[in-house]
Amino acid sequence: MKHFVTFWLVIAIVTAAALTVYGGTSTDNEASDSVVVGISQDIDSLDPHNADYAGTREVLFNLFEGLVKATSDGNIEPAVAQSYEVAEDASSISFTIREGITFHDGTPVTAEDIQYSLERYAQIQGSESAFADFKELEIAEDGTVTVILNEPNTEFIYELTCAILPKANEENINSAPIGTGPFKFVSFKPGESLVVEKYENYWKEGFPYLDQVTFKVETDVDAAINQLNAGTLDIYQYLTADQAATLNDHFNILEGSVNYVQGMFLNNAVKPFDDVRVRQAVYYAVDRDLINEFLFAGKSHIIGTNMIPAAEFYYNADTETTYTHDPQKAKELLAEAGYPDGFEFTITVPNNYAPHEGTAQIIAESLAEVGIKANINLVEFNTWYSDAYVDRNYEATVVAVDGKLAPNSWFAKNISTAPNNFTNYSNPEFDEVYEKALAEIDLDQKAVYYKQLQQILADDAASIYVQDPANLVAVNADLEGYVFYPISAQDMSVVKFID
Amino acid sequence: MKKNRNYSLIIGLVITGIMLALALTALFWTPYSTTGMSLTLKFAPPSWAHPFGCDNYGRDILSRVMQGIGTTFLVSASTVIFGMIVGSVIGFFAGYFGGWFDEVIMRINDVLNAFPSILLALVFVSFLGSGLMNIILALGILFIPSFARIARSEMLRLKGLQFVQSARLSKAGTCRIIFAHIMPNAYIGILASAAVGFNNAVIAEAGLSFLGLGVQPPNASLGRMIDEAGSFLMQAPWYAIFPGVTIIILVLGVALISDGVNRMD
Amino acid sequence: MRYIGKKFLTLIIALLLISIVVFLAFSILPADASIAKLGQNATPERIAALRAEMGLDRPVLVQYWSWLTGAVRGDFGTSYQYTGTGVASLVGGRLGTSAVLSLISLVMVVVISIPVGIFGAKRRSVAGRAAMTTLVHITMGVPSFFLGILITYLFSLVLKWFTIGKYVSPAEDLSASISYLVFPAIAISLPKIAMTVKFLVSSIRAELHKDYVRTAYAKGCSRNGVFYGHVLKNSLVPVITFLGIIIAEIVAGSIVVEKVFSVPGIGLLLVTAISNRDYPVVEAVVLLIAVVVIVINFLVDVIYQIIDPRVKL
Repeated sequence: MKHFVTFWLVIAIVTAAALTVYGGTSTDNEASDSVVVGISQDIDSLDPHNADYAGTREVLFNLFEGLVKATSDGNIEPAVAQSYEVAEDASSISFTIREGITFHDGTPVTAEDIQYSLERYAQIQGSESAFADFKELEIAEDGTVTVILNEPNTEFIYELTCAILPKANEENINSAPIGTGPFKFVSFKPGESLVVEKYENYWKEGFPYLDQVTFKVETDVDAAINQLNAGTLDIYQYLTADQAATLNDHFNILEGSVNYVQGMFLNNAVKPFDDVRVRQAVYYAVDRDLINEFLFAGKSHIIGTNMIPAAEFYYNADTETTYTHDPQKAKELLAEAGYPDGFEFTITVPNNYAPHEGTAQIIAESLAEVGIKANINLVEFNTWYSDAYVDRNYEATVVAVDGKLAPNSWFAKNISTAPNNFTNYSNPEFDEVYEKALAEIDLDQKAVYYKQLQQILADDAASIYVQDPANLVAVNADLEGYVFYPISAQDMSVVKFID
Repeated sequence: MKKNRNYSLIIGLVITGIMLALALTALFWTPYSTTGMSLTLKFAPPSWAHPFGCDNYGRDILSRVMQGIGTTFLVSASTVIFGMIVGSVIGFFAGYFGGWFDEVIMRINDVLNAFPSILLALVFVSFLGSGLMNIILALGILFIPSFARIARSEMLRLKGLQFVQSARLSKAGTCRIIFAHIMPNAYIGILASAAVGFNNAVIAEAGLSFLGLGVQPPNASLGRMIDEAGSFLMQAPWYAIFPGVTIIILVLGVALISDGVNRMD
Repeated sequence: MRYIGKKFLTLIIALLLISIVVFLAFSILPADASIAKLGQNATPERIAALRAEMGLDRPVLVQYWSWLTGAVRGDFGTSYQYTGTGVASLVGGRLGTSAVLSLISLVMVVVISIPVGIFGAKRRSVAGRAAMTTLVHITMGVPSFFLGILITYLFSLVLKWFTIGKYVSPAEDLSASISYLVFPAIAISLPKIAMTVKFLVSSIRAELHKDYVRTAYAKGCSRNGVFYGHVLKNSLVPVITFLGIIIAEIVAGSIVVEKVFSVPGIGLLLVTAISNRDYPVVEAVVLLIAVVVIVINFLVDVIYQIIDPRVKL
């Protein structure tokens, strides 16, 4: 009896002591300007040439730069190069290396590093990629370098945003990467976080403002919202209107655009989606405004083709109204195609972005009105990537595709022979116009071709393009300067604390 | 002798009966469509028209809870029945024959037991893919060891008893002894653990749903609803509370039955 | 001693069986492990080259043997997902977190459920028992992730007792780490506490009905003296075995709860690795968890044997 009581007494004291210790420790070490950015996707590689995920490119934008880099308005500016000049026939581009530019370890950037980087990138990208036009790099006596192309390409300059890496760091590229960007690598915990700090000798005077940035992987949005409310995270992207509404008033909600084409992509090679009438019927049956209203409180941009509105000069706005919500017309088209009573199919949905699931549910509900039964199969992103994207083993999938600065990047996936033509779309006319657009040097004529491509995709109802989703970003109210990019990038070098 | 009513059993049966009745009703009729969406009803709080309120797509939560009970019942009951039948048969035979057969079966049992249930379910689902049938299969396999163990010990207990010995002496076949003489006497022990298994299945299904590997939308399961509702706890607490309380009551009912059955012998 | 020897032998056999199951499950079924790694850039030549590099073109037995010998030495190969990162370092870096979390949960279960169980067993009124039973069943019925969500809201967002997401690993600052992990531990242990209480109550009640208790009372021993001196001691013996099961449950519970509280432990690593199809990591974690559970069960058997030598296999 006695022992028993003593035992519990000891336990009680220890517990009380532990709780006291716990109550007393509240460590606040936010003396310097540091910010924690929550990221919704795991980082797949620290090697910028091997990074596939859009989420990884967003982060690595802060560490690496190419000869040129993207600006927030969708143009490019010189980075590692001080200036550049595209040859008149668009078959070569020459660069002057920026004076005094150094890597994070303090060594100067040499022409050999550039040669190494471009060749490495070309080899990794492979002969089917947009980088395949790269032939070689010529190094002149005076230090200028010239990129020689296999054939004329006016859009190749956009490809040269690919990272310039020091040849000497080949060994450590995955553990301690070095670049020329505004921030330099500090530490990386796989699946947890990437910490970077200010690079003091960054070529752009006065940037970056912040001393340290931690990119914390938080794939679960609910957990991320809790952490925003608790003050653990300062910035988090890709919120829906409902999610943003649950945040406390210490955040500004910035409204931008995700700059993805989100929609229900159809496998054009499987029945019944091999029939254009069926695809059109589905398009008429889907209520895109309802999706926008439910998920983004109407803040998304409704689209009708595989292009983002941000690419103003090349964007064909007419495609937005090619289809309207018209269940009656859908039924007629279905009857015409031989499916008067509808049919049943499965929508494969990756779970990496919550609005995809919502979109699929709303689409399924509107298709039920015209007699089509859509089942939903929610899968892990990686499963989706290998089954749907690589193996093309699916009927329909709600997903978003991104592009790069080069306008052709939005259409390359729809070329009938493209290795990543995961919708199995095939239209000789489309292929033909695409070739013309790529070869065209006159920009106005180029825009005409690209708009034509968009109209073809819309008329064919190649897929059910729904929206360029609103990107609601929660930013700590103490911060300012956050900007949106039309590509996958979160530029932390321009963010600063309000004085 | 004092008349001692088996209140646990009665209350348990009533609760479970109501739940089952709701689930069965949902097969034919729900107050509203379980998938029908409405912008105007988004996050509508509980009212006379929608006693449980509406969710983020304006769907009636009561209707979805009714459907969800059915899904949860289906998953849990199929899982337990699968595990119980396979496990009992294995356990009975292992206990009856003994020897190396028993040894091998029980070692495999130990190995299966060593994997925490959700871990094994995760592994199975990662191979088979999610979906109703796969979840039932994955969880069902998980329950085999516990039933095998109980069936085996029941068999060992009963094997030595008089009536089994005499059946053996009268040259009754093995199967006849197991199914005609032992099973009827072992069922109470097995049923009690079936109830525990049922509750474990409910919780495991909810856990899988939370990890995104459970029942597929737009089908409702109670676990999935709580998971989805987690995001809107501040805006629409009723979205989480009603499915949550339903799960708790469901588990309570079955647990009370299990208590009651235990008290019967 | 013979008993322990025999148990030890079964332990070894069980461990071998588990390693075979785990290896076969992940190395044979997904024949596309190399495709999973290459992703979009998969061409037949590159797949063949990678298969050779990963050793997937060797006979299964050879693969198993090299994996097993590696595993024994703590070498589980490299992760598919994080190029160049060893599985061992990935798992090792998170081991401390999960160990501390499980330990806190276990301490909570023991510290809370035993007094509550005793208290519950001593209640005699019908109402008291009914209230107890209901409370226990309700606690058992709450899914732990739901409990986790509620705890996060209450203790982090409303009361601000801890900051969700601001986790420090035990290696950096043990007390800060513990003070964070207490909260996920509550979510993990509460349902297990209910289970243990239920088990303990029925164990004590069964013991109270035994003849020696009646004899002791008849001899005039005090109620508490009999209870704490004999009944409790005897009824705690089966609880030890039960705790073995509870430990396995705690490990399982942490898989789900770590996600709710963003605790970078083994469980979260496993869930991420499964979704990334990072099979070397999945294999290592599954093997690790299974080994821990089996070894603990072995220890429980041994302790049981020491306390109660009547037990025979």
